[in-house]
Amino acid sequence: MATVNRTIWGYRRENGRIGVRNHVAILPLDDISNAACEAVAAHIKGAIALPHAYGRLQFGEDLDLHFRTMIGTGANPNVAACIVIGIEPQWTQRVVDGIAATGKPVAGFSIEGNGDIATVAAASRKAKEFVHFATGQVRQELPLAELWVAAKCGESDTTTGLASCPTVGNMYDKLIPAGLYGCFGETSELTGAEHLAAARAASPEIAEKFMRTWTAYQNDVIEAHKTSDLSDSQPTKGNIAGGLTTIEEKALGNLEKIGKRVSFIDVLQPAEAPARGPGLYFMDTSSAAAECCTLQAAAGYVVHCFPTGQGNIIGNPIMPVIKISGNPRTVRTMSEHIDVDVSAIVRREMTIAQAGDALIEAIVQTANGRYTCAEALGHHEFVMTKLYRSA
Amino acid sequence: MPRQPQLLVHDHRDNVGVVVVENLTAGPDILGVVTEDNSEIRAVCNQDVPIGHKVALRDLAVGDSVIKYGQDIGKVVAPIRRGDHVHTHNLKTKRW
Repeated sequence: MATVNRTIWGYRRENGRIGVRNHVAILPLDDISNAACEAVAAHIKGAIALPHAYGRLQFGEDLDLHFRTMIGTGANPNVAACIVIGIEPQWTQRVVDGIAATGKPVAGFSIEGNGDIATVAAASRKAKEFVHFATGQVRQELPLAELWVAAKCGESDTTTGLASCPTVGNMYDKLIPAGLYGCFGETSELTGAEHLAAARAASPEIAEKFMRTWTAYQNDVIEAHKTSDLSDSQPTKGNIAGGLTTIEEKALGNLEKIGKRVSFIDVLQPAEAPARGPGLYFMDTSSAAAECCTLQAAAGYVVHCFPTGQGNIIGNPIMPVIKISGNPRTVRTMSEHIDVDVSAIVRREMTIAQAGDALIEAIVQTANGRYTCAEALGHHEFVMTKLYRSA
Repeated sequence: MPRQPQLLVHDHRDNVGVVVVENLTAGPDILGVVTEDNSEIRAVCNQDVPIGHKVALRDLAVGDSVIKYGQDIGKVVAPIRRGDHVHTHNLKTKRW
């Protein structure tokens, strides 16, 4: 198949992974270091701050997830070099060491005993050095099928299951056998299709691991806090306006994005990097767009395919998010947000296979450096998942 | 060029279809296509139904299952006639 030999122009990083963006990330360890990170990014052109709400007094599994997300974000191949700023040096160094394992330039700064102004000055000097390093990197011709491409859908409606999710599924059916890493998540949003998802596991052991993960989310999150119709959160008001009525209906559309032919080869914890080689992975995530995309980027995914019906506008600061829509009204009223218009599918003027090819073209262009709609519009939602209240 | 369908149905087992055109008005002759094999069906529409919303392909009684993708998507909670709009007022999840 022609797609097997397609190439993109990307960055081969020190650890062998391919990046398609070349960011210098200024990463706060904790919420109170956001201001210093934003000051560095405002000062040094080409540096981006990734402010977030957490990092203090977390413990146990929740703290593990915090570190995994921090380290994974800095380690992502779309980040050429990284500065970490925290209130104190020890946890800051833990994140620095985790990112340094990739071989990329990384430096940590802590604020206690120094104050914001001296910290910003020192970190800015290092950030400028890193920007020169990053902008000195040259794109090389590399195999498309070596990319890590995640997927998640949002503001879904009935056209999502008819058009945009099958488009992503068709892309996965074509590229995963050639070596692509894929990823889908949204644990609670597979409810009603969990039996079909489990049947797509590569082995009985992986199917059992999936069902354990799904059941734990049901019991610990949904059943423990549930309200009638989950307070119109599953489906959402937007889903219902778009014609979706029940979680079962939404889940069946959602699952269309893993295609018809590939099986998933492992079940990942939130933000866990895949470790079983090329293939499709399921990750245990919330179905909220920014949380899910942030976790997938932290796992190392460098491009994201995002089917939407009613028009979700999500972006991510380090991972380009490609929007696909098959809703004729959405592509007309929100055209500035839609990268791949597949509304011709519902008019029966385009096949799913043709739509999959159009998405592959969009992935190639995006990987080569063309901005997605979300990038051009400045969407950089970075939202950490928190498992429970802090100590 | 064949006429553009107004309704798409995923699977021949389905008892609902999805409106895929804007401004669909009630009418006795609605063109549907079943996507699994591209076959055409004729449906009716008893109300004006917005794009993306579902229309019943047959009569359904309270307690019946609504089938879409060939799968159960919930239970009927108010009687549905062929051609009726199927949504939150007459279809409810079995999960929560």
